[in-house]
Amino acid sequence: MAHVLLRHRDIEDLHKLDVYRRNGGYDGLKKALGMTRAEVIDVVKASNLRGRGGAGFPTGLKWSFIPKNAPETYVLINTDESETGTFKDRELIERNPHQVIEGALIAAYAVNSRLVFNYIRGEYMDAAWAFEEALRECREAGIVGRGIMGSDVDIEFYTHFGAGAYICGEETALIESLAGNLGQPWSKPPFPAVEGLYRKPTVVNNTETLANVPGILVNGPDWFKSTGTEDSPGNKIVCISGHVTTPGNYEVPLGTTYRELLAMAGGMKDGKAFKAILPSGGSGPIITEDALDAACSYDGLTPFRSVMGSASVIVMDETTDMVWAALKMIHFFRHESCGKCTPCREGTFWMEKVLHRIYDGHGTEADIKLLESVANNMTGKCLCALGEFATSPVLSSIRHFLPEYKAKVSTAAQQAARESVPVAMVGR
Amino acid sequence: MLRDKYATEIDALLARFPQRKSAVLHLMHLAQSEYGYLSEEAMREVADIVGVDATHVLSLAGFYSLFYEEPVGRYVLEVCNDLACALRGADEFVDMASRKLDIPVEGTTNDGLFTLKTVMCLGGCDRAPMLQCNLKFYENLDESKFEALIAELRAKAAADPEPSVVERIIGYVAQVS
Ligand SMILES: Cc1cc2nc3c(=O)[nH]c(=O)nc-3n(C[C@H](O)[C@H](O)[C@H](O)COP(=O)(O)O)c2cc1C
Ligand code: SF4
Ligand code: FES
Repeated sequence: MAHVLLRHRDIEDLHKLDVYRRNGGYDGLKKALGMTRAEVIDVVKASNLRGRGGAGFPTGLKWSFIPKNAPETYVLINTDESETGTFKDRELIERNPHQVIEGALIAAYAVNSRLVFNYIRGEYMDAAWAFEEALRECREAGIVGRGIMGSDVDIEFYTHFGAGAYICGEETALIESLAGNLGQPWSKPPFPAVEGLYRKPTVVNNTETLANVPGILVNGPDWFKSTGTEDSPGNKIVCISGHVTTPGNYEVPLGTTYRELLAMAGGMKDGKAFKAILPSGGSGPIITEDALDAACSYDGLTPFRSVMGSASVIVMDETTDMVWAALKMIHFFRHESCGKCTPCREGTFWMEKVLHRIYDGHGTEADIKLLESVANNMTGKCLCALGEFATSPVLSSIRHFLPEYKAKVSTAAQQAARESVPVAMVGR
Repeated sequence: MLRDKYATEIDALLARFPQRKSAVLHLMHLAQSEYGYLSEEAMREVADIVGVDATHVLSLAGFYSLFYEEPVGRYVLEVCNDLACALRGADEFVDMASRKLDIPVEGTTNDGLFTLKTVMCLGGCDRAPMLQCNLKFYENLDESKFEALIAELRAKAAADPEPSVVERIIGYVAQVS
């Protein structure tokens, strides 16, 4: 299958402007500049492209929320990519940067924005050189800057760096961070399309989302919808990691099953038996064998009480201790909670503490109940989705692997017996 | 002083943003790579340039994990031992690195060259074990590659007294005139 997003795998040196242009590069932008802004939005709407950053919001619709006559608007590319198991946007900015730039320029034209920022996580500073080099080529060629591609449209474009905070991938936290504030989310509304960066209407799109846009302009919405499923059209980059033979990024039509994804990654490493998948990095519930024939799409995992998210598929084999895996994940969320709301800050702290106790063999059966109750108490009470994300590996691992938890904890009677010893000795 | 040493670059950077406060993280990156860590003085310098309160820069330094508020080794080895890497031996790799350097996690070698840390996902999970050292990635590592890396960095330190990633950072700042 020819790649649509990871095209650099088929075309050598695609990161260079001349090669990119020889292969149809910036034709989408050129076409967009010949259309009205509303027409561009309509084409993207008709394609039913949905956000690749996790939430799946329709991209054209998002753009259409930007007030038509706003004097100042911004487009922000979200390359914060810090979800455990996610490394797709990195490959795009490193190897196919022009496609991201072109998509963002089309977005900027559509919403009448003169300024684009790519918010790249600080850890990608080295990888981001390729992106910066591509931007430099664009400035030289008149694709970025004043009067882009000979039009009367001015669009400036800068790279911006984060400094290590997963929460800054959340769009309102990203906006705060870019404004120079603490990267803490705000409660929506206001939505960024109404009040975003510097309180001006702002589009935030994931890197991969934008990389889809040039093709849609050139080939039309029907071309885009010819792959994928009806609700989830197009291709998706899936990041496969963990216990597979060949971890990496795989571009597939949405709707591909998890079993097919496993096969693409060379199957289970060292011939071990499959145990479970975290399908959305740490932020979606665990799935097991019974879900392997489900579609990797926006709603494919609904019957299995999980989500595709950004399609970061972490595969675990039979040797994996699921309490350990849940502990790793809750450690991540405790560390990354921005601390703004109490249920998330305290909840992640307690879940880690209790899980640690269970993992170390000092837990009781009551601790399993306690974990569930802490998690359930967070649900619906957190300001942003991180709080919800944090509960899912814990609750889903208990749901699927309760015997593993039980094997680690002592029963109330055992615990009582243990505790009664020193008491008895004191009594003597 | 950053202001004097990088005057042109800092002016170009500030001009990028409709509000200069937005330049703060970039300047903190610059200050850290210039001084090795964010001392109170360095943070005050940044605060002055941006025109915010020093306590604001202090709170940012605490919020973002790439900033060090205490002196660290010249090379900060940050190994990812988050889940996807841990499934491919990252925890064992950290133990090995700790033994080889003879320091615990969060420790710094006596010669001041290396600090060892563990960090959350760096986006290199398909090439685990991996680490980040002064904002550069080293991937698909094992014990012998780790030893080679340490030897390489020791040699580099011996040959070149100028540390840090300031060249790269200032490179970004200077791209646009
Ligand atoms: C805790 C948290 C972390 C997130 N991290 C990212 C991220 O790294 N990259 C991203 O594109 N979206 C991330 N998102 C989703 C963004 O809030 C937002 O929905 C997305 O950038 C919109 O772009 P899209 O519509 O093109 O997907 C995150 C959301 C949450 C709640
Ligand atoms: S839910 Fe957690 S991460 Fe989100 S705003 Fe509240 S404290 Fe911050
Ligand atoms: S989990 Fe280590 S780089 Fe992603």
